[in-house]
Amino acid sequence: MSFLRGIAASNGIAIAKAYRLVEPDFSFDKKTVDSPETEVARFQDALSTAKGELEQIRDRAEKELGADKAAIFEAHLLVLSDPELISPIEDKIKSEKVNAELALKEIADMFVSMFESMDNEYMKERAADIRDVTKRVLAHLLGIQIPNPSMVQEEVIIVAEDLTPSDTAQLNRKYVLGFTTDIGGRTSHSAIMARSMEIPAVVGTKNATAEITNGDLVVIDGLNGEVHINPTPERLDEYKKQQEDFAKQKAEWAKLVHEKTITADQHHVELAANIGTPKDLKGVVENGGEAVGLYRTEFLYMDRDQLPTEEEQFTAYKAVLEGMEGKPVVVRTLDIGGDKELPYLNLPKEMNPFLGFRAIRLCLEEQDIFRTQLRALLRASVYGNLKVMFPMIATLAEFREAKAILEEEKQKLDSEGIEVAEKIELGIMVEIPSTAIIADQFAKEVDFFSIGTNDLIQYTMAADRMNQQVSYLYQPYNPSILRLVKMVIDAAHKEGKWAGMCGEMAGDEIAIPILLGLGLDEFSMSASSILKARSQIRGLTKADMEDLASRVLDMGTTEEVIEAVKSVTSL
Amino acid sequence: MEKSFKVIAETGIHARPATLLVQAASKFDSEIHLQYKEKKVNLKSIMGVMSLGIGQGAEITIITEGSDESDALNTIEETLKKEGLAE
Repeated sequence: MSFLRGIAASNGIAIAKAYRLVEPDFSFDKKTVDSPETEVARFQDALSTAKGELEQIRDRAEKELGADKAAIFEAHLLVLSDPELISPIEDKIKSEKVNAELALKEIADMFVSMFESMDNEYMKERAADIRDVTKRVLAHLLGIQIPNPSMVQEEVIIVAEDLTPSDTAQLNRKYVLGFTTDIGGRTSHSAIMARSMEIPAVVGTKNATAEITNGDLVVIDGLNGEVHINPTPERLDEYKKQQEDFAKQKAEWAKLVHEKTITADQHHVELAANIGTPKDLKGVVENGGEAVGLYRTEFLYMDRDQLPTEEEQFTAYKAVLEGMEGKPVVVRTLDIGGDKELPYLNLPKEMNPFLGFRAIRLCLEEQDIFRTQLRALLRASVYGNLKVMFPMIATLAEFREAKAILEEEKQKLDSEGIEVAEKIELGIMVEIPSTAIIADQFAKEVDFFSIGTNDLIQYTMAADRMNQQVSYLYQPYNPSILRLVKMVIDAAHKEGKWAGMCGEMAGDEIAIPILLGLGLDEFSMSASSILKARSQIRGLTKADMEDLASRVLDMGTTEEVIEAVKSVTSL
Repeated sequence: MEKSFKVIAETGIHARPATLLVQAASKFDSEIHLQYKEKKVNLKSIMGVMSLGIGQGAEITIITEGSDESDALNTIEETLKKEGLAE
């Protein structure tokens, strides 16, 4: 038995066998073969097995993700039937009497480098496709199993270095009970995914892939950020007990689904959910979300090869607005750039993408993209309670320009006789310190603020949140951050506007008491965190939390703040 | 046989359209080539077609040669038009 410590990324305890999602070793030696004919036959066998596998994956993707997502596998299959790829490999085996592995690798590499050298980002991406499919054939030649989580048929814990969006899309939710990764933090994609799938996860363990082998019995303790490998029977029993307790606790929270979020002294706040697609609405409803506080529209634009049409967007926005049955839905306009790339836009690589051409900066420049989204939103506005929010606003001029574009599109729709909701609140994400500092000026012109803490913290601390070595600077409770948050909330209230928060911090049990004391109106978080937060808030009083908040603002360090919160709450 | 077309699809002949064309071409015994500028590639080769990076407005020529060349050309033309790729 051994033990790893990491970051608790998603609540709960999971116990199951390990399934490693790790790149195998593809190394091989160059060999001379006696019988090229046998070698060609061996190559053809590997090729047809690989095709068979891909066909299965395609069929499954078609069933579960739709024909759209399956199209990529159709293209992969064609690569494996490509005469320009296959013939040169067979010729090479025959004429040079080399092993199939070498012939495949050399010819495939030639195509990969040809695509990589093209001056089009989209084409460069295709190099990865070729590498991907030819690797599958190579694996069969070498007798290596490529991990394929979509084919898992028993309950497992996924063990990986990191999980990308396409990895998680392949996971079979029925069998994946939890996961653990070497890298990542609370705000990395893998962590957000785990919370939306409502499965326990521990990320950033550094050694999970080194320490865990396939079939090990693994306990993921997503409450304390611990991973136990082949635990002793005593420890296992302990965890089974904790698992039951957690289930009971969840059942207790579930009773609050239809309750209001009010403090013990009758102060009401709104608990909202962050969503990425209309599919996430189910979780919002099941967890008693009072609103959608952040609809991340960029997922509509990702994993495809062209921009979504106005119609596609309209359909998605309408579905979310209708699904929420009149409850508020805050839609964030396209936030692309930074760590979220769209290959088909062919944007140049940047030295500092987080400080570069992204989000509203891109939308104000590439106005066609922005206007299409705004039209779709305006048309959908009549189906519910829509609020529109612009991301990455750094100056008032940016907000004014974005607002003017929205007004123009509204007028165009009016003149086309298309109905648009009369009142659509217009707000901004506060995630850049410059905006927080003059929030009083913004408050005169916007209808609401939503504080995006993940970025606000990284920009205030000047610490890349993807960089493990500076992850200690991700300090949501640092008084510098708390003071910025206070400035924003106060500025909103002074103008009779509301202030919300849609970063991870809004669902954090240490932060909630302080935010309540600072007067935050809306807390938007992963749907799975809502009931726990509601239960916590119902046990606190606004008056005590105001007192706590005013004390922590005068402290110097994160540690003091955490201590103070723990001393007045039951944490 | 050969026939020229003008690409009208906004994104040119990228992944999905290329897939459809190669699938259509692969059904025939004839040799089928696509010519774009001075380059000529096998239309049964997905990587060949993609490597051309054909964009909107490009002039392309489809060349078929073999026992079923006229059927092949018709089918390719149909695919191009039905999918709104070229005219």
